[in-house]
Amino acid sequence: MTRLRLLDHIILLVGVLFMVTPVVLAFITSTHDAVTIYRSGLQFTLGDNFLSTYRTVLTEAGGFTKQVDGFVMLKNSLILGLGFSIGKIVISMLAAYAIVYFRFPAASFCFWVIFSTLLLPLEVRILPSYEIVQSLGLVNTYTGLIVPLIASATGTFFFRQFFKSVPEELLEAARIDGAGAWKFFIDILVPLSKTMIAAIFIIMFVYGWNQYLWPTLITSDETFFTLVRGIKQILQVWIGAQIPDYNEAMALAVLAMLPPVIVVVIFQSWFIKGLVESDK
Amino acid sequence: MKKVQFQNRWIPYLLLLPQLSIVAVFFLWPAAEAVRASFFLEDPFGFGSTFVGFDNFIDTVSSSDYLRVTRFTVVFTFFVTFFSLGLALLLAVKADKVLHGSSAYKTLLMWVYAVAPPVAGLIGILLFDQHVGPIVDMAALVGWKMQIGVNYFDTGMAMTMVAVWKQIPVNFIFFLSGLQGISKSVQEAAAIDCRSGIRRFWTVTFPLLAPTGFFLLIINITYAFFDTFGIIDVMLKTQPGNDPITLVYKVYQDGFRGNDLGGSSAQSVILMLVVFVLTIVQFRLIERRVHYT
Amino acid sequence: MAIITLDKVRKVYAGGVEAVKGVSIDIADGEFIVLVGPSGCGKSTLLRMVAGLEEISDGEIRIGERVVNRVEPADRDIAMVFQNYALYPHMSVYDNLAYGLRNRGTAKSEIDARVKEAARILEIGDFLDRKPRQLSGGQRQRVAMGRAIVRKPAAFLFDEPLSNLDAKLRVQMRIEIKRLQEALGTTSVYVTHDQLEAMTLAHRLVVLNHGRIEQIGTPLEVYEKPASTFVAGFIGSPAMNIIPVKSKEGRLHLESGEGLDAPDGFGAEKALLGVRPEDLKVDFEGGSSDDALSLSMKVIAVEPVGAESYVHGRMSGVADDVVVRVPAKAEYAAGVSLSLKAPRDRLHIFDAANGQRLNG
Repeated sequence: MTRLRLLDHIILLVGVLFMVTPVVLAFITSTHDAVTIYRSGLQFTLGDNFLSTYRTVLTEAGGFTKQVDGFVMLKNSLILGLGFSIGKIVISMLAAYAIVYFRFPAASFCFWVIFSTLLLPLEVRILPSYEIVQSLGLVNTYTGLIVPLIASATGTFFFRQFFKSVPEELLEAARIDGAGAWKFFIDILVPLSKTMIAAIFIIMFVYGWNQYLWPTLITSDETFFTLVRGIKQILQVWIGAQIPDYNEAMALAVLAMLPPVIVVVIFQSWFIKGLVESDK
Repeated sequence: MKKVQFQNRWIPYLLLLPQLSIVAVFFLWPAAEAVRASFFLEDPFGFGSTFVGFDNFIDTVSSSDYLRVTRFTVVFTFFVTFFSLGLALLLAVKADKVLHGSSAYKTLLMWVYAVAPPVAGLIGILLFDQHVGPIVDMAALVGWKMQIGVNYFDTGMAMTMVAVWKQIPVNFIFFLSGLQGISKSVQEAAAIDCRSGIRRFWTVTFPLLAPTGFFLLIINITYAFFDTFGIIDVMLKTQPGNDPITLVYKVYQDGFRGNDLGGSSAQSVILMLVVFVLTIVQFRLIERRVHYT
Repeated sequence: MAIITLDKVRKVYAGGVEAVKGVSIDIADGEFIVLVGPSGCGKSTLLRMVAGLEEISDGEIRIGERVVNRVEPADRDIAMVFQNYALYPHMSVYDNLAYGLRNRGTAKSEIDARVKEAARILEIGDFLDRKPRQLSGGQRQRVAMGRAIVRKPAAFLFDEPLSNLDAKLRVQMRIEIKRLQEALGTTSVYVTHDQLEAMTLAHRLVVLNHGRIEQIGTPLEVYEKPASTFVAGFIGSPAMNIIPVKSKEGRLHLESGEGLDAPDGFGAEKALLGVRPEDLKVDFEGGSSDDALSLSMKVIAVEPVGAESYVHGRMSGVADDVVVRVPAKAEYAAGVSLSLKAPRDRLHIFDAANGQRLNG
């Protein structure tokens, strides 16, 4: 029995090592200077260049146009992550509320139109999407960056599912208590959805923050680059370099993953609940 | 739907307006545009376009390049799905079983969910780097000269590994919550009926987990098709004609780099059909899953 | 306070299913009316139509002098207690009670006074700051009642409010509801499928079946003179024994041909004889002169319930078991034949075709 349990722990520890080591190595790399790494390979203990590397990445303008530093990219990532998640939650809650709690002639038509967005991910309609956003003059704007990503109905489905599980008697009690459509939404439904909102916020924030393809297309102006978008830029500089800036690239990678990782780890239980329930 | 609903002439439309207008402008319009463009040949100098019927589709499907990319996509999808599901299941079963430190294991095994695919790709580049990558060094010990970005096989394998690494957490979370959803009394009944733990797993736990597994299978195929774009884009060293890329990447490459609007759109439409089928299957499975539990 | 009038009320669902088929009830001011019937009989639908939560397909509902068919639930001056309580889970007990009053724009001081008063009556003053999930089932039930009484409505509507409680608590809350309704004197409509609850609470019972009223009357009226075999079977536990009989030469006979000393004169050739378990007596030393029945039954089982026992037996020509109430200490072995008697004035005779009561 004990030996079996030991084996379980060994398997789990190997799994943990497999998941954690690459990121730890990336972080350690970011604390050494590029020349050390280039001469003697990857290091396995912390170096002493942590402050200087991160200061460079965060404050020194890089890229081709020398207009964007890490702080600007961090800000853009935050705008994308927050704008996307908050926008999506607001819009999809309203839509789900209409679909679940109102009787109106076009209800099922609207439902199917929204439903259809689940059928085609952005990646397969990327070219026409780009052209439309371009023709609307939204290239290199936050609107063009965020709004088209909201088109998918995942959030609406999530809230629809949740609203359907809210006991009917609550609406009935609220109506007897004199609450109209708007009051019921604000006083009862939104507070009831708090945990759900938190869960979907975490998932959507991570999803928005981690967007890559769409930002790559829609932001050519470097002042709109997000951290994740900036990675490609680093690599392009890297290709031409004699000694690649491994340390700075990894510092950028660490910065790009830190906020979503922190959010996911801290709000783990909400996040898991949201992830597992939203796909039901 | 609810038994009791509000009745109002215009409030529901007002509530739906933001969502519907975004869907119309940024979903329906581009999707229709993709279908339309797939039947036209765009003049490379921008002087209009001509209707060519199914020519774009025929050209696409009959090109050897497209077949090669399709083959890679299938192989890549298979390995990513197989390994990420298998490893995640193993870890979930073990994490469900241990009494001590299970929440620590859970956290450590799931947080990679939050790492963006291109960031994963960048870390992959470091580990597989020609000069400093430890994995290349290890391969060299057994006489394997790994050349990521140059050798087709090596690059594809590195991408697969990174893609598996990135996908394990999602599968792990779902499998673990599936395992925890199996009622304790069923497990206890099984423990009374069957001595062998391994047999118990395959005859009781695994069948009960199957709905979750089917569901994840679809999720993983979708992931391998679409969400690995960032990994591929970062890890490729752009040597045209030799790079292992997926169908989705080729849509992007032909459309934006090759300026082949019609061909790229035809590929989009083919992919739409694939996703369509996957989604339908997924919804059938979700229905089953709900009935199952 | 108000009278409530239901006038030929019908409910037809979109699919064509008729859940309520023309029900008329006059509820007096301050009366406690219980709608009782098996699930699917339309009792909840009827209550929800009074509340305004279901549309009325046909007919009229008046609360006071006002026709409320088109009036919003909030404007009907009613309060409702739900089966699952429907407390707002994110609000404190105080806010749960105050919410309806706030929506009506009641003054803050008035709200506070009424909430405190309701809390005092229901003894929930100590929980006002808690959330519903921190309360026990019985406490939640009180809060749900409190939410109804703070409003000082014209009528209380109860939709199976006790069915989520355990047996002991249910009895306790039943008494409490009765006491409260008497003290406040508010017209009340109460839905339940539990006949015991119905009997103990109601001033008048409305027994419903398949969307129709089977009988309206005080609990004792309904028990003593059930209007149909349905009511006879539904009210009272164990249920009334129903025995098919034939009319021959002006007298009633069992299917087996055994004659009964019972008057006929109902005109029907076939009838159903009803007799309650407590009215059947095991015949040891010959019955009294006004006993009408003499039946024999073969014992299958005895169910002791403590204060008394029930003997289940078979009687030839009767499909269901016949049940007899006997003193607790009586012992009967299975297979033994018993001879049974019952007083003439305790017999119920029903039409075999439509189940309607024939004797007065």
